[in-house]
Amino acid sequence: MKNIKNEMKMEFASKSANEAFARVSVAAFVSQLDPTIEEIADIKTSVSEAVTNAIIHAYPNKDGVVKVRALLYEDEIEVEVSDTGEGIENIEEAREPLYTTKGNLERSGMGFTIMENFMDELKVESIVGLGTKVTMSKKINKALQKNTY
Amino acid sequence: MNVKHFIEDKLLIFEVNEEIDHHTSERIRKRADYEIERFMPKKVIFDFKKVNFMDSAGIGLIIGRYKLTNSFGGELELVNVSNKLRRVFEMSGILKIIPITQNFSNEKTG
Ligand SMILES: Nc1ncnc2c1ncn2[C@@H]1O[C@H](COP(=O)(O)OP(=O)(O)OP(=O)(O)O)[C@@H](O)[C@H]1O
Ligand SMILES: [Mg+2]
Repeated sequence: MKNIKNEMKMEFASKSANEAFARVSVAAFVSQLDPTIEEIADIKTSVSEAVTNAIIHAYPNKDGVVKVRALLYEDEIEVEVSDTGEGIENIEEAREPLYTTKGNLERSGMGFTIMENFMDELKVESIVGLGTKVTMSKKINKALQKNTY
Repeated sequence: MNVKHFIEDKLLIFEVNEEIDHHTSERIRKRADYEIERFMPKKVIFDFKKVNFMDSAGIGLIIGRYKLTNSFGGELELVNVSNKLRRVFEMSGILKIIPITQNFSNEKTG
């Protein structure tokens, strides 16, 4: 079992103004692990993707609640973004590059692809009508190096 | 966003000076489309010098402005794209059709 060093949870209304707030909060939290600038950028972008998806796709015509939970391990961060919105019918299809159900809103269908590439692992769980939970993790290499020397 | 017009060259420069996400891109899009539609430029340059964050909303924003500019026969270019932003653009493959102009030190952007 990996040892949890620290944990935080936040929840907020599904308003687009909260996208910046969410990614900045997670970035500030992970700074305890002394990540590189690149690692922080990758995490910020991925959190922004997941939170934006919840705001746009989970609650298209109403306000809902978006939850973000972050866990810090010795040399890794895990972030969970969840909603209780519409859910995803076909997760495999949704994860494909360029797949979007909101092309009319100038979405590019690259959100999941970015999360997959910028983080080490990405898990998507969803039930139509109940909601979606995205779990992603990333090793913080700087912390890793520090521990071995 | 700072907008610069160069009438003789039919050149439009958009200096974006905020983070680009779903929240901010709406406003940037509206302003850019207003300028492109009334000016019908030969060239549009997006200057990212002052952008220190961009997610996939930036990809949609640029593809949309590229299509609009193209519909008037104009070109679109990106300048001052940091590595951080470049990585996001690269995911989508749009750099194959929309060039990043290197070492942009045009006196026109000041
Ligand atoms: N939290 C969610 N709730 C419901 N549907 C979702 C959720 N997240 C993603 N989806 C579905 O998965 C599709 C793909 O998501 P992805 O983030 O890859 O692209 P996008 O959001 O459509 O475009 P982009 O992220 O490039 O702006 C979405 O179009 C949407 O149909
Ligand atoms: Mg998305």
